[in-house]
Amino acid sequence: MPSLSRPVSLARRFKNMCFVGLSGLAATLVLAPLAAIFAYLVYKGVGSLNWDFLTHTPRPVGEPGGGMANAIVGSMIILGMGSAIGVPLGIGSGIYMAEFGRGRYVTLVRFTADVLNGIPSIVVGIAVYALVVLPQQHFSAFSGGVALGIMMIPTIARTTEEMLLMVPNTIREAALGLGIPQWRATLQVTLRTASKGVITGAMLAFARVAGETAPLLFTAFGNQFWSVKPNQPIAALPIQIFAYAISPFDEWHRQAWAGALILIVLIVVAVSAVRVVTSRGNMENNA
Amino acid sequence: MGVGIEVKDLNAWFAKAQVLKDVSIKVGANAVTAVIGPSGCGKSTFIRCLNRMHETIPEARLTGSVRVGEMDVYEPGIIAADVRRRIGMVFQKPNPFPTMSIYDNVSAGLRLNGYNKRHELDAAVEGSLRMAALWDEVKDVLKKKSGSSLSGGQQQRLCIARALAVQPELLLMDEPCSALDPISTGKIEELIFQLKAEYTVVIVTHNMQQAARVADQTGFFLMGKLIEFDKTEKIFTTPTDKRTEDYITGRFG
Repeated sequence: MPSLSRPVSLARRFKNMCFVGLSGLAATLVLAPLAAIFAYLVYKGVGSLNWDFLTHTPRPVGEPGGGMANAIVGSMIILGMGSAIGVPLGIGSGIYMAEFGRGRYVTLVRFTADVLNGIPSIVVGIAVYALVVLPQQHFSAFSGGVALGIMMIPTIARTTEEMLLMVPNTIREAALGLGIPQWRATLQVTLRTASKGVITGAMLAFARVAGETAPLLFTAFGNQFWSVKPNQPIAALPIQIFAYAISPFDEWHRQAWAGALILIVLIVVAVSAVRVVTSRGNMENNA
Repeated sequence: MGVGIEVKDLNAWFAKAQVLKDVSIKVGANAVTAVIGPSGCGKSTFIRCLNRMHETIPEARLTGSVRVGEMDVYEPGIIAADVRRRIGMVFQKPNPFPTMSIYDNVSAGLRLNGYNKRHELDAAVEGSLRMAALWDEVKDVLKKKSGSSLSGGQQQRLCIARALAVQPELLLMDEPCSALDPISTGKIEELIFQLKAEYTVVIVTHNMQQAARVADQTGFFLMGKLIEFDKTEKIFTTPTDKRTEDYITGRFG
């Protein structure tokens, strides 16, 4: 039997180094496409980014200038509406699944959330077209918000559930033992303890739907003019980028690159802003 | 002021397993009562039946009556949260709320029950921390440090302060010192001794010496039954039941 007091063999140490090296390589390979995409976007898009671009609506083709102001604001409006639908419903169902649900109904809700997560975004768009656009007889920012909200719900629900389940039961018992009513204990103690993870889940969902184009094609529809009314078609960055990119005009191609860069920047800014706001008032956590 | 407890014919189950059998006991007000017994004898379940924490476990049930002061705790129509507000509980492992500061931890019971006046909360926080002998150690960092940044003994005293802040009449302690070092244990035992002037304390402990040190009365549980309940001195010097004698002399346990 090999003696345990002998030093580890060279072959074993070599294998160890190989695996450490391979996992480091995998990590680098993950960062590489991200860095490459961002670098290329900056390279192609930053040239067309100017004050005009950010504040003007599109010009007819052939005329220079113009911008994507309507699309930038439109995206923000649709994402705002989508979040207003997706975040409360997602967190609410996550809380139900983790804290209050028992038995078969919870399994059904969980299964439904997972299936909803896997539905292609274009199918969600068509469904919302049938459910919201057709009865209303027009495209609208609101229907775009509904589509994105529906897509946000499963991610937020499942993440909230996972994060809540990670809160140790001793915390819940401590809260109940103080005579706090259960709904308050769940919201202001358990959820608060899990808040970092829950917020991360919400931001992940937000970042994912921010770039979705397909569901907006049949709902928000896009708009060449300035519009911020929820009941009318509205421009959105992904739609605008798509329309410009497949067009045959160079000027529009350049603007599409700039639009893509702006979209990424907006997502990063939104996510960072949430992080900053929620980490303010953090206390020392070490003895 | 503390209240007395009267328990009659308490039976408790976890699903089909019966963990408490026909327990009847009268606990005196403004006294410290210890509950001792070997592991699995039902002592933790017993005190969790007093403040209706037993029912928070799925498939748990019980029969019998528990009177805390004049209140029948299990009377239909009585809300569990109201019962728990009158009865404080300190758990085996210190469990401060990790995302809240020391101040927010101690005031949690008041804030989350709707009391929001700043000066009232300040007074309650200071009073409870003083009573828990923690005030001097944390008064400068009340809002700067989180509850979980304290040492184990400090965390447990924080939990005691949190329980005291809602001014319960009865304090239940489930092996509060079992996770602590001897110095912290000593501080908490001293605290329990001082608390009995204003509160009724029921403390579960597997440490018989601790029971002998702090308790006026002691109850010995074995396999879900209350075997003997009497003055601490009598239990530990001249117990009536042979099983009690076997346990305290270390023949089993």
